[in-house]
Amino acid sequence: MLRPRIIPVLLLKGNVLVKTIGFKNPKYIGDPINAVKIFNDLRADELVFLDIDASKEKRTISLDFIKVISEEANMPFAVGGGIRSLDDIRNIISAGAEKVIINSYAIENPDFISEAAAAFGSSTIAVCIDVKKSWIGGRKTWTYGGSKASSYSPVALAQLMEKKGAGEIIIQSIDKDGEMKGYDLELVKQISEAVSIPVVALGGASTMQDLKDGHEIGFANGLAGGSMFVYQGSKRGVLISYPDKEERFIPIVR
Amino acid sequence: MIVIIDYKMGNIFSVQKRLEKLNQEFIVSADPAIIAKADRLILPGVGHFAVAMENLRNTGLIEVLNQAVLIDKIPILGICLGMQLMCRYSEEGNCKGLGWFDAEVVKFKFEDTLRYKVPHTGWNTISIEKESPLMQHIPVDSEFYFIHSYYMKANNKSDVLNYTDYGMKFASAISKDNIYGFQYHPEKSHDVGELLLQNFLEV
Repeated sequence: MLRPRIIPVLLLKGNVLVKTIGFKNPKYIGDPINAVKIFNDLRADELVFLDIDASKEKRTISLDFIKVISEEANMPFAVGGGIRSLDDIRNIISAGAEKVIINSYAIENPDFISEAAAAFGSSTIAVCIDVKKSWIGGRKTWTYGGSKASSYSPVALAQLMEKKGAGEIIIQSIDKDGEMKGYDLELVKQISEAVSIPVVALGGASTMQDLKDGHEIGFANGLAGGSMFVYQGSKRGVLISYPDKEERFIPIVR
Repeated sequence: MIVIIDYKMGNIFSVQKRLEKLNQEFIVSADPAIIAKADRLILPGVGHFAVAMENLRNTGLIEVLNQAVLIDKIPILGICLGMQLMCRYSEEGNCKGLGWFDAEVVKFKFEDTLRYKVPHTGWNTISIEKESPLMQHIPVDSEFYFIHSYYMKANNKSDVLNYTDYGMKFASAISKDNIYGFQYHPEKSHDVGELLLQNFLEV
């Protein structure tokens, strides 16, 4: 029986891991290779690496970094950060990543997703959609690390990306990022109901109950988090953790 | 020597890394002379079925593989798209495959798209349908990593090595004589995947 995946999302800034709150104030977490070794030992389902400055700095996530991760990781992993060409994707996949994650450029040039899916298969192409609640109500999508608003609504963008051939949507709440108060379940549910490709919830998870809610209420197939897997306690002491084999089993909703 | 067949269909790096961890020597190659002398072949693959077949055809590998696998009986392990290529036909690109198994590759189609998303992505369990050296010491409730939009419909039940349940029962691994194909990714499936690769190396 397939069960929802539990996915630690690790943010890269330079060569180190950081964690943000509301996409701001990156705090140092530690060394990425060390983190991968720990997640190997903990038998994590899947990992995601996002280079949070790549798009803004007009570069692509480091290939050397991906190769080093690939040498260590015993599980599938996806990477994102400044991907803008088929060559970028080819290089990243050849370096051992299972999937690429595209955000800013997917929104600037949706046809790039069609080209990428045709060349590498849909299952290789994930699109991350960053969402913030608008002060006039409703939700808006953002690019370039939450610095540039887009005209698409989250649902319209998710459906467009599915139509263009994306194989997965990562729906990320900027408002909930680092807050550790649970997912934006209404948003996650809207997206899950709108597309027939897997949906990964991101932003706000802090407990196993939050993850369960992400699946049982939001219908997400992947339950991702940052803080939950790198912090412990209310003072946010850095400690990498992952639910054990029994604990992580979330039955599929019937 | 183990030969990983290089036909430009991505993601051989992870297979290489797992073999290195198992202290195995291997060559990544598309050279017919090297393939003919191999004592193990691995056919990985990610991407489009028809593109993969075209790459095999353009590099002259179809005849080479038929000779090596069907006549010289070199053990071969197909992973994901590599397994699908062993079938007779795929809906993806409406394309003929290598035809080593009487099986077709078709796309997942579900009415309940909220519960059953495509691609089928994540950790799922397998049933073990017959005795096989590759299933040695693999616990019955083992989870493996899947990511695919197309699945195999095997016409000969005796070829099926594993079934997996995703909205229906589908053949997630297939085997016959020296030929082994896996829809899931042993190279991405922690210890149990490593064990499966190790089993193949001892066939």
